[in-house]
Amino acid sequence: MRYLDEYRDGRLAQALLEEIRRAVTRPWVIMEVCGGQTHSIVKYGIDRLIPSEIELVHGPGCPVCVTSLEMIDKAHAIASRPDVIFCSFGDMLRVPGSRGDLLTLRSRGADVRVVYAPLDCLRIAEQNPDKRVVFFGIGFETTAPANALAARRAKLEAVANFSMLVSHVLVPPAITAILQSPQNRVQAYLGPGHVCAVMGFEEYEPIAAAYRVPIVITGFEPVDLLQGILMAVRQLEAGRHEVENQYSRVLSREGNRSAQQLVFDVFEIGDRKWRGVGSIPKSGYRLRYEYRDHDAERLFEVEDIQTQESPVCISGLVLKGVKKPTECPAFGKECTPQRPLGATMVSAEGACAAYHAYGRHLAPELSSHANAATARG
Amino acid sequence: MCLAIPGKVLDTYDRRGVQMAKVQFGGVTRETCVEYVPGVKTGDYVLVHVGFALSIVDEAEAERTFKLLEEMNQLGELEAMQPPEG
Repeated sequence: MRYLDEYRDGRLAQALLEEIRRAVTRPWVIMEVCGGQTHSIVKYGIDRLIPSEIELVHGPGCPVCVTSLEMIDKAHAIASRPDVIFCSFGDMLRVPGSRGDLLTLRSRGADVRVVYAPLDCLRIAEQNPDKRVVFFGIGFETTAPANALAARRAKLEAVANFSMLVSHVLVPPAITAILQSPQNRVQAYLGPGHVCAVMGFEEYEPIAAAYRVPIVITGFEPVDLLQGILMAVRQLEAGRHEVENQYSRVLSREGNRSAQQLVFDVFEIGDRKWRGVGSIPKSGYRLRYEYRDHDAERLFEVEDIQTQESPVCISGLVLKGVKKPTECPAFGKECTPQRPLGATMVSAEGACAAYHAYGRHLAPELSSHANAATARG
Repeated sequence: MCLAIPGKVLDTYDRRGVQMAKVQFGGVTRETCVEYVPGVKTGDYVLVHVGFALSIVDEAEAERTFKLLEEMNQLGELEAMQPPEG
């Protein structure tokens, strides 16, 4: 497919690897922010092909993973009601809350539906006037415009039986929290390409300057990722800390202004609890007061839910880039994608699930040195 | 979750006051909201996430990046032709 195949070209990837080897002189720790990037890196083995001096650590950018247990339990409680059709992106269905997951709830007779686009929920609401249709509005900034559009259309078209349970998260407060942590090891970021397709990257410039970290907004294909790594390494080696854009075919510094306007019209910024990380101030979106008639959190009384995470799981440390999935004693044993113990195993884009999907629980971790030597051939 | 895929716009139309399009991804065609990528036209490639076009893929930029990468590749090949040092 156009704009995909070219960026999977092995020849270009080899040339980029060679450039990275030429550029690097000492050890660096680089974090890729997005779950989609983590997935590509592990799928193509990029972390094992790059020189051993460069360590890639995996960031918190999987919204399915970081949706709080409380929110999943709330979704579960609302979806259990006989008068509700509960709609969600497919990835959320298997995520276990303290009361089980939505898929199991569906097998017990609840009306839980997977939607491709949030707008589809409005049609479901119109076709089922005697039901209350609730959409689980999760995601990063990438998903915010599509979710905001569903709320706006519901208001404009007066679809009274549609509401949204919003659990939106934002990237800049999360990557700032990581940099502020005393355990922080991250020296550069590969920034989130699709988040920035909406938001642009102006808001990353003060972060790069304040914490003296290079941020390279990067795409998701192997050639994109290798080019992003090369740009980050060149900055690190030269002592620069700027925001650069590897993904220029898709985004500009200002992003998509009209989509931003839509998001700001519908959502406002609020504090948000992240699974595995805890509460981060001003790190999420919630519906504005004008949208209260479509706000499931206001419409459905759900009692306070006490939740408990697994004591073995180290997903919080994995999300912050402090530890790797393979350092967890439960990884691939008690904790698998079928029976996840924590945030980073619950979705395919979580670091633990990506490691598991590509068999890293089976073979002992290859030494990066041996691997780099093989790659150098 | 933030997966977004480039697809080709086949046809744009209005549905209840929202600008929509038929967008082709390989062999699959999906209805996509293109209201927030002003100026989009048939034949453009748009980056689509959950049925919503986030941006129009900039063909000139894609080509420019690609040329740079290609040049780098040729440089690498030229260097590979040099006899090894020492």
